[in-house]
Amino acid sequence: MSQDLISINNLSKTYKNGLKALNNVSLNIKKGEILAMLGPNGAGKTTLISIICGIVTPSSGKVNVDGFDIINDYRQTRSKIGLVPQELTLENFETVFNNVSFTRGLYGKAPDPRYIESVLKKLSLWDKKDNILRQLSGGMKRRVLIAKALSHKPSILFLDEPTAGVDVELRKDMWKSVEALRESGVTIILTTHYIEEAEAIADRVAVINNGEIIVVDQKKDLLNKMGRKKLRIDLHEKTDTIPESLSKYDLELSGNKLSLTYSYDTQKQRTGITNLLQDIRDQGLKLKDLKTEESTLEKIFVTLVKENNEN
Amino acid sequence: MKINYYGFRAIYLHEMDRFRRTLLQSLISPVLSTSLYFIVFGSVIGNYVQNIDGISYGSYIVPGLIMLTLLTQSISNTSFGIFFPKFNGSLYEILAAPISTFEMVLAFVGAGATKTLIIGAVILATSNFFVEVSILHPLLMVFLLVLVAFTFALFGFLIGLLSSNFEQMSIIPTLVITPMVFLGGSLYSLDMLPPFWQMVTYFNPVVYLINGLRFAFYGASDFNIWISIASMIFFLVLCISVVAYVLKKGYTIKS
Repeated sequence: MSQDLISINNLSKTYKNGLKALNNVSLNIKKGEILAMLGPNGAGKTTLISIICGIVTPSSGKVNVDGFDIINDYRQTRSKIGLVPQELTLENFETVFNNVSFTRGLYGKAPDPRYIESVLKKLSLWDKKDNILRQLSGGMKRRVLIAKALSHKPSILFLDEPTAGVDVELRKDMWKSVEALRESGVTIILTTHYIEEAEAIADRVAVINNGEIIVVDQKKDLLNKMGRKKLRIDLHEKTDTIPESLSKYDLELSGNKLSLTYSYDTQKQRTGITNLLQDIRDQGLKLKDLKTEESTLEKIFVTLVKENNEN
Repeated sequence: MKINYYGFRAIYLHEMDRFRRTLLQSLISPVLSTSLYFIVFGSVIGNYVQNIDGISYGSYIVPGLIMLTLLTQSISNTSFGIFFPKFNGSLYEILAAPISTFEMVLAFVGAGATKTLIIGAVILATSNFFVEVSILHPLLMVFLLVLVAFTFALFGFLIGLLSSNFEQMSIIPTLVITPMVFLGGSLYSLDMLPPFWQMVTYFNPVVYLINGLRFAFYGASDFNIWISIASMIFFLVLCISVVAYVLKKGYTIKS
């Protein structure tokens, strides 16, 4: 899982209205991985995907897919890619089966009703194959978009907010489908607003803000590097202020004055917990309970974007 | 993959399927309206009009009515074909597919022209129920019908590409094409007009199309057939150039 399948070099995009959606973005995507792209609205995630897929023309920079240039060798690059767009953009008056078959044809593949049947069955759409698309629920339409993207057996799948507006059960079903696709060798790039989604299924995370990639790292490494833990210390009795002798610790007193929260870096060899607990005891405060809470990807993401906006 | 045959086929069949789904609107409607023209103009008014160039009035208007249908249908079929996926957002998958711009345009225009030719053939068959129709140059007629259907399907593609709402799409067919056909000698010979209006009519390009088709039917025309063919080819080349320019710029479909 080390070979670069997609190489993005110094990619920039400025729209006609002057909006600079991407600013000198470089990123390599490895074969067989799941990369999650996180970023606030308007960060440039969809523009980046759209350029790679051929929907938007880049202003400058280069993108190679499996060694082929997306502009000069567009037939080779696009035939390897499947795209699930953010919006539920479907031809409303067609049947599910015909619409999925249509996409397969567009990608230059001969009709294969048995393969389309297998895709629809995997996505629990087979019993809806003759339904008109406008009769489907939002979740079902989302599945149809995934079926369309898979109809030509792509080796790269872009999922642009794949679970937006989808209920929790269906979302978890989709995560399983994504994992199954990765196991079959498909490289997956997804954008999402749901940090838990990235946390649950991604191997690597890229954070985009204001058209620039702030950080790209393995999800685990990112959590380890930037993760902070919190220790909540519940007290038996209220304390109005944090005692002077405890001021050297990064402590917060809760609103009900019954607990202290200590933030510490998990990467440090000495977290200071032993000394803190000793000092609390020396102050005569009686401990009732201890709880620890780990930083989530969401908190890391918020911190990164906030820092980037301030710089 | 040097040519995306299956991609072309997918768009073409997809568009033809839309024609099948909307058969009532696509086929019955033009046939009905043309039949009404034959009843009102051909049978009722025609009885009071003397023969033109030795042809009964009812038969004389057949090429004009076929041309009216051909122009309006080829424009509306193709403009709707490209505008609808642009409107509902599903055009993204065509833009993201490994299909060339030429293949995409050919598929949309080919389907639009095919639909129009089917409608044209049905109207020609329908006209036989009302009047006597003879075709003096059948190959020339097929050539002209195919040329006009493709040219105006391409023009319709351009309209669909440039339109940003349904109203804009209907402006050209309703406010430009229909008046040009009616004022282009579809229901009369130019000799019947006063000299001033004859001169004005020479600036109406549709006059040459109608006369070309009339020549294929009856060997009678206000112009030399080559002028008609040249004007059609000129308009085809113009449409190809503008569509190519607009698509190269990515106007309205690609940022």
